[in-house]
Amino acid sequence: MVQFNLPDNSKLVEGDYYKTPSKSNNIKNFRVYRWSPDDEKNPRVDTYEVDLNDCGPMVLDAVMKIKNEIDTSLTFRRSCREGICGSCAMNIDGTNTLACTKAIADVKGDVKIYPLPHMPVIKDLVTNLKNLYKQLKSIKPWLIKKSRNESSEENIQSRNEREKLDGLYECILCACCSTSCPSYWWNSDKYLGPAVLLQSYRWLQDSRDEERKERLKELDDTFKVYRCHTIMNCTQACPKGLNPAKAIAGIKQMIAQQ
Amino acid sequence: MNNPLSPHLEIYRWQITSVLSILHRITGVVSSLGAVILILFLFSIGVSEEFFMFINNILNNVFLRTLLIGLSFSYLFYFSNCIRHLFWDSGYGLDLNTAKLTGWFTIIFTLLLTVIFWLLITGII
Repeated sequence: MVQFNLPDNSKLVEGDYYKTPSKSNNIKNFRVYRWSPDDEKNPRVDTYEVDLNDCGPMVLDAVMKIKNEIDTSLTFRRSCREGICGSCAMNIDGTNTLACTKAIADVKGDVKIYPLPHMPVIKDLVTNLKNLYKQLKSIKPWLIKKSRNESSEENIQSRNEREKLDGLYECILCACCSTSCPSYWWNSDKYLGPAVLLQSYRWLQDSRDEERKERLKELDDTFKVYRCHTIMNCTQACPKGLNPAKAIAGIKQMIAQQ
Repeated sequence: MNNPLSPHLEIYRWQITSVLSILHRITGVVSSLGAVILILFLFSIGVSEEFFMFINNILNNVFLRTLLIGLSFSYLFYFSNCIRHLFWDSGYGLDLNTAKLTGWFTIIFTLLLTVIFWLLITGII
């Protein structure tokens, strides 16, 4: 259902201000979303002054500096710090991206950091992605063969067939795209969203897969694919430079051409 | 546990693509509602000269004229952006830079059409 306003328990209040003792003239304010399940309070936005002369270049460096040196209770996911694990996906400066590949220098003014939009918050910048994983499972993101290959031969693909997967297989499932999509905000219970649909298209395009027909039949309903209105927030957000909107258009065409 | 919902609409940065998308929806609704005025206008031509003049007089004030300019913009934008959507549905123009470019082009094209439309109506050209 479309609900433009946040529920009462989710409305933001102004939080604490943490001044830095540093005398540096290269200080930037980081405004970070905070919520803890341990008290009954509403989410708040805390402001941290960070001395950029004593901090790495990426937003993740600053967030880790805040956790290490200013406020150890700040909670977020991160792992690889090089844009391959997809853990540190968050909303930075108004768009979803990976904190580890977003340069602080690219943000004008205060750096505003929120969790991925329109998701249940577990704590601070950590959101609950269960629904997305359930949806991913529903499209069967694996190779399906009907005929059993008794010989010891490999599943051979031509170079052209393999190239069809370029721009699809690189997805790291960080959820930046799905949580940037207004259609997904309003209909995440029924609409699969850009991330899952890109995955779906990846298997639809795989020359070795033998379940294309069934996959398309499964997708062909009013909500699963067709809530995509080509808003293109997904493509704008993708930190890997992929194009979920194009993949979804591809699925629509495949369904139409059946 | 009573987990809050993370902020969405109020914190997400608008982009040319998302602005045009919501404008497409709005102009779609406005255009359908505006059809009532359009049909009334056409209908009055068929009824009688008096009735046509009556309707014409009602519509001929600054407020309603402005509204009609808005309505014509609405129709022309919806028309132009529908062409963009038709290309998308055929699988063309979905690359990010192309989509942005055609977005700006649609706005300029619509404004141009609106101006030409009113120059024609007022008999200036």
